Amino acid sequence: MQYMGNMADPILSIRNVSKTFGEFRAVNDVSLDIHAGTITGLIGPNGAGKTTLFNVLTGMLKPTSGTVHLDGQDVTGFAPDALFSLGLGRTFQIPRPFAKMSVLENVMLSPMAQVGERVWGPFLGAAKMRDQEATIRKRAMEVLDFVTLAPLADQAAGQISGGQMKLLELARILMGDPKLILLDEPAAGVNPSLTRTLIEKIEELNRDGKTFVIIEHDMDFVMQHCDPVIALAEGSKVFEGTAEEAQNNPVLLDAYLGAQVE
Amino acid sequence: MIGVISYLVFFATVASILSIAVLGLNLQWGNTGLFNGGVVAFFGAGAYGTLILGGTSQVGQLGGFALPYLLALLGGMVCAGVVAWIVGLLTIRLRHDYLAIATFGVAVAFETVMRNTDALGGAQGIRGFERPLRETLGNGFTYNLAFFAFVLILLIATYLFLERLIQSPFGRLLRAIREDETAAQSLGKSPSRVRLTSFVAGSVIMGLAGGLYATFYAFISPQDVLPILTFQIWAMLIVGGAGNNKGAVMGTFLIWAAWTASGWALSRFAPLEVQLYTGSIQFVLIGFVIVGMLLWRPQGLFPEKLVVSQSARSKNEQ
Repeated sequence: MQYMGNMADPILSIRNVSKTFGEFRAVNDVSLDIHAGTITGLIGPNGAGKTTLFNVLTGMLKPTSGTVHLDGQDVTGFAPDALFSLGLGRTFQIPRPFAKMSVLENVMLSPMAQVGERVWGPFLGAAKMRDQEATIRKRAMEVLDFVTLAPLADQAAGQISGGQMKLLELARILMGDPKLILLDEPAAGVNPSLTRTLIEKIEELNRDGKTFVIIEHDMDFVMQHCDPVIALAEGSKVFEGTAEEAQNNPVLLDAYLGAQVE
Repeated sequence: MIGVISYLVFFATVASILSIAVLGLNLQWGNTGLFNGGVVAFFGAGAYGTLILGGTSQVGQLGGFALPYLLALLGGMVCAGVVAWIVGLLTIRLRHDYLAIATFGVAVAFETVMRNTDALGGAQGIRGFERPLRETLGNGFTYNLAFFAFVLILLIATYLFLERLIQSPFGRLLRAIREDETAAQSLGKSPSRVRLTSFVAGSVIMGLAGGLYATFYAFISPQDVLPILTFQIWAMLIVGGAGNNKGAVMGTFLIWAAWTASGWALSRFAPLEVQLYTGSIQFVLIGFVIVGMLLWRPQGLFPEKLVVSQSARSKNEQ
């Protein structure tokens, strides 16, 4: 049962990707296409290889074999910083804020090619740096406003709640204006009202054309908001289809839901 | 009275020189999280570089280029920068304590090489350096006062340079790398390049301090680049407050005063058999200061301020 997405070229295309650690195959020969404008749910039991696959896609791990194409370009083995500049943003399962920096500074970090980021920038390019800083700060406040964190702009990022950190991570990557956003368990450990905020923001961004791939354990979340749904188990892709199909798929019920819901 | 003032000038000169080195370390550790355990190697490279480039020629020794003083000082900084660049490239993948061990090893190797290379002064060190403007200002109090003013100007310049740097996007980038390299890289930054830049820049500043130190004594020997100096400089930064330049300078004056006072007190009041171990006792004391500070007030006397580069409030005020 293959999900038939739109037939345009996929924004992200993975072919026969494997990642092994010694004898252990964390990701085993996975191929999939992510089409522009979709919100793909990536599900699977703990240890299925979801986060490993994410880490391969975002350049934190190099695949043992296989290829990754982003927007038609072969980006296999590219470093995370290069991938971000090509329009791929990601958040982390456990949030990684820059704890001793303010929320605003966290967000202002992201834009590429800042004159002031070079060691001589603040001296030789002072005027240009000030202009850039004003623009970046304005944009950062807009983005913080969008994710409802503007009132916390001057707080230390390490002192906001876990859910707010997830919103902050989203804000940080939005500053880079990515085409494709990978979220690793955005709803885990987040209170329901912040989860609602997060979902609203994801759907709003999706309407504006951003593509999402979301790892999530919360089945309601996946069933309501993700289409298509892809399931991994023991490193391999075991299902790809609509949320509706996922709910009625015997393989999936057995491999995933059966094993989880006891 | 003149004796006291003369001593205070001497004290303040040395403390100001050390402050510059501590500011360099603050850029590396306080702002970037680079654990440089070999501060003396870069301090020493600056000191040796300055004396070799600016000194008069000595029998059997490299150097005696007799460059104009400011050029020699600059050359010393370049030496420190080159050493740091090489060490940085070799250790760029090392984190935390591994970097500390590697750089500590580099510093010990530096001292050993200097001690055993006769062309670089060997155990005797490099002598015969003519201090700049000595003929005009003489050798006495006036000279010391003028040199102190020179050091103070360089300290203020270094301070202002670093303050501006850490309030810029570059400083933001350093802090992000310090806080979470993985996250910074996922936001398009290149941690290894930034770490190397910060490491070299901080070491060049240490080299400046070394050059001034060598100028002040008109002499440098392997005895001046022993590991204890690294620990003193670390104690100054930790007591003052890593991440805070004002704290770095305050910490330097405080620790240097405590070090000097403890040496004086031990030699004056301790029993004779204890006096023999004055140096060792001071080593133990500096260790206590570092460990105690890390246990009871790890943020230092002047903790890092949170929002350095930009605040949302200041925008609303505009």
